[in-house]
Amino acid sequence: MRLDLAAKQLFLSEFIGAFGLSMRYFFKPKPTLNYPHEKNPQSPRFRGEHVLRRYPNGEERCIACKLCEAICPAQAITIEAGPRRNDGTRRTTRYDIDMVKCIYCGLCQEACPVDAIVEGPNMEFAVETREELLYDKAKLLANGDRWEREIQRNLKADAPYR
Amino acid sequence: MTDGSAVSLWLKLLESVVFAALVLIYVAYILYADRKIWAAVQLRRGPNVVGPWGLLQSFADFAKFALKEPIIPAGANKGVFLLAPVVTGTLAISAFAVIPVNWGWAIADLNVGVLYLFAVSSLGVYGVIMAGWASNSKYPFLSALRSAAQMVSYEVSIGFVLVTVLLCAGSLNLTDIVMAQNSSLGILGWYWLPLLPMFVIFFISALAETNRSPFDLVEAESELVAGFMTEYSATPYVLFMLGEYVAIVSMCAIMSIMFLGGWLSPIPFAPFTWVPGVIWFLLKTSFMFFLIAMVKAFVPRYRYDQLMRLGWKVFLPISLVYVVLVAAFLEITGMGGQFH
Repeated sequence: MRLDLAAKQLFLSEFIGAFGLSMRYFFKPKPTLNYPHEKNPQSPRFRGEHVLRRYPNGEERCIACKLCEAICPAQAITIEAGPRRNDGTRRTTRYDIDMVKCIYCGLCQEACPVDAIVEGPNMEFAVETREELLYDKAKLLANGDRWEREIQRNLKADAPYR
Repeated sequence: MTDGSAVSLWLKLLESVVFAALVLIYVAYILYADRKIWAAVQLRRGPNVVGPWGLLQSFADFAKFALKEPIIPAGANKGVFLLAPVVTGTLAISAFAVIPVNWGWAIADLNVGVLYLFAVSSLGVYGVIMAGWASNSKYPFLSALRSAAQMVSYEVSIGFVLVTVLLCAGSLNLTDIVMAQNSSLGILGWYWLPLLPMFVIFFISALAETNRSPFDLVEAESELVAGFMTEYSATPYVLFMLGEYVAIVSMCAIMSIMFLGGWLSPIPFAPFTWVPGVIWFLLKTSFMFFLIAMVKAFVPRYRYDQLMRLGWKVFLPISLVYVVLVAAFLEITGMGGQFH
């Protein structure tokens, strides 16, 4: 063994250097986000939990065209349409999203001609059972009422780039 | 038995229980410090949710473990399986019986304190072997075999390191060993300076002896799942965990007694000698633990053959030669055995 290598090993120079390096890291500011108390800024295009929106007069936007159901790559959406109404439009009788199947690709909101199905900014919808993640129409509409203000702001912020 | 001795016996018992409780509380914060230090080096924050700055994290973890269901594998030898963590935990705590935290503040001021410590820490391997065998599972068994070989190898060099300290101090009593380092030189008169190579060897061997990273081959998760603790859960597991950390803290305490002057003040004049010895002792022990925690953060795990090579082919010859050198030096200068 070469003498300088032997001396290096005997005096633990690698370990002392590593100790110095880790002490420098020890005092560096920590990049970790203190999550539930601090949050990252979110893009207006963020694709989170789905909502079904209404018009300002309370009418459902969804016209049961089933484009979202057709384009959904995970086949997470199930829609049943009701009969045609007096004004010539249809509404859904059933609109289910299996949030476990969903891959949050955003194709449903791209396909929607009336901006009815939108992926909102909410990403904190963890629940304790699988059944709670099988969303039905009532749940989606309730989400829409809850997140309407944020969704409008996000759509407006994103509009110049689309 | 007369009345007086019965009272003193009860007092001793009370003293022991209070001391053990204090040691365990200290260990709870050592655990917290370990996680915080490790996190800081990796640029993380570490536990910071339970209590202010996460200070109650260890107690929350303990409550979690205590409330969980202990699972005993069907093929396990139930008696030995449950006895193993008790053995580990009890032996680890009992080492503190002889450790003096201040002048005269030891539960038992034994004249063979060093031998007692050495014996108790050697017995610690039995808990691991019992656990590995009683689990009746291949990973714990392999881990127990590794652990037995590892602990036996490193005890040899720890023994020689202790011999050099004993030669210098001329006593096996831990209080006498600390007092032998008491001089007007302060920090420069402690044994870490003249016995620096031995101090380093003791430090590294202590890591191996307590199965601490980088020598945690016993529980190398990439090879042996969780080692001998694989089949353990809930309270038996927490006893192992606690035993491991108590053993680490006792090694830190031994290092601060043998090499860092125990409760002595590093600067031997007025404002510093007013500080109670317990504070100095705690500071030194915590400093040693800080070094151990840092080692965990930056040294990768050793391979098993490297571990054995280090123990038998590096540490053993170096410590043997140093024993001879120290003995010769003390004999020639006539400085040996200052106390007798």
